[in-house]
Amino acid sequence: MQALTQRSKPVSREPMSLMERIYLPAIFKGMVITFGHMFRKKPTINYPEQTRPFSPVFRGLQVLNRDEEGRERCTACGLCAVACPAEAITMEAAERKEGEENLYREEKYAARYEINMLRCIFCGLCEEACPKDAIYLSETVTPASFARKELIYGKTELLIPNPVTEPEAFAKAREARKDR
Amino acid sequence: MHLLALDWMMLIEKLVLIAVIITVSLVVAMYLTYGERKVAAFLQDRRGPNRAGPAGLLQPLADGLKLFFKEEIIPNSSNRFLFVLGPCLAMLTAMMSCAVVPWGSDFTMFGRTISLQIADVNIGILYVFGVVSMGVYGIMIGGWASNNKFSLLAALRGASQVISYELAMGISLIALLMMTNTLSLKTIVEQQMNGSWWNVVYQPLGFLIFFVCAMAECNRAPFDLPEAESELNMGYHQEYSSMKLGFYLFSEYINMFISSIIMATLFFGGYDIPFVNEANLAPNLAAVLGVVCLLGKSLIFIFVFMWIRWTLPRFRYDQLMNLGWKALIPLALLNMVGTAVIELWKQ
Repeated sequence: MQALTQRSKPVSREPMSLMERIYLPAIFKGMVITFGHMFRKKPTINYPEQTRPFSPVFRGLQVLNRDEEGRERCTACGLCAVACPAEAITMEAAERKEGEENLYREEKYAARYEINMLRCIFCGLCEEACPKDAIYLSETVTPASFARKELIYGKTELLIPNPVTEPEAFAKAREARKDR
Repeated sequence: MHLLALDWMMLIEKLVLIAVIITVSLVVAMYLTYGERKVAAFLQDRRGPNRAGPAGLLQPLADGLKLFFKEEIIPNSSNRFLFVLGPCLAMLTAMMSCAVVPWGSDFTMFGRTISLQIADVNIGILYVFGVVSMGVYGIMIGGWASNNKFSLLAALRGASQVISYELAMGISLIALLMMTNTLSLKTIVEQQMNGSWWNVVYQPLGFLIFFVCAMAECNRAPFDLPEAESELNMGYHQEYSSMKLGFYLFSEYINMFISSIIMATLFFGGYDIPFVNEANLAPNLAAVLGVVCLLGKSLIFIFVFMWIRWTLPRFRYDQLMNLGWKALIPLALLNMVGTAVIELWKQ
């Protein structure tokens, strides 16, 4: 049979010699090994202060994007909902009224946009399907919750802060995803 | 009333000494729990407690506070009196054995010579053995009073382990006593101080046996069968909660400290400062340095205890008994006979 690792050793079934039966040499050997570990570099990360960097392909919580003027990019075309294999996205479209040009980029917008985080599998297909660059996945991990209801994210949870009215909050939100 | 001419100053002096020694052993035991976690972490490439206070130094206080605030549960089916008595006994016997340990040479203060030893009894070692063998009652009563089969099994294992290893320990010590011709711990230390080598040089095998047995007596890994959490749920203290459990765990650390001190005293010159002739130093300085030296030696032993704990896996019960009865006792007997022959031949 092929060995699974290169480190596997054949088992010796011979009776132990006197030196082996005394056990003490083996114990000292083991103790030297553990003592050596005292001075090793520790791989531990002090979590709240240090965080492990995410891989560039990490897919976290969804964010609804705005353009430079702070208008919502989403036109409620529904392509993300169609692409979603877990069927986590639901939305309701509405027509832009007079005087709302500074709020919505196109004539149609999503009045209601919900992602059920209990269903979402963070596949990123919504991001790929979106023709308007309106939804993307950030580097934030979904926070835990005590109630299932709270895990259905609406527009208040999903929309990125407005860069015109809340530049600081927007910059902070962008910070989470620098490469975008 | 005048039957005993009491020296009141001496009484006060002894009381202060008792208070100091008990405080010191409690604080040392407290920080041993921290040390244990740190050593374990370092041996396993981790960092250990580092949140409470600088480098986690307040961790023992936090642990103690937590234990005090936890809910105290006494099972309905248990014997209440014995249930409470168990941890008290464990703690008491752990503390009692430090009474005969010579912590340092004489200290002169206010024109009085203060002996840094609570009681210099001429049967010091016998007293230690007596108290240590009482320690098994803490385990046994704890396991019995819980009225839980697993606890009882663990307590039985613990009791038989302690009793088996005490034999080898005693026999290995007899060889040492044949050399020293005294049972007083203070005399044993003084013999090692005056130009002669430490006893470990003459009794290496005896020391090794004593060391292994001390580890088994303290219920330290790899001999921690009474608390085998995987085989017996938790061991003899399974039903215990809050500070009563804390007492059991704490008494283990005090035991470890005291047995390290005893080992240092018997085999490593006690408060003898290595490579220094104490007669050349001022007596008070020599006394203080001696205490520091004794504590240092015991800390080294404690580190070795912990080091072994995090290196070796736990013994199986039959392996433990085999080692005790078929290896250590014959070896100790051989050592004793050998020493006797040499001592006779020297005369």
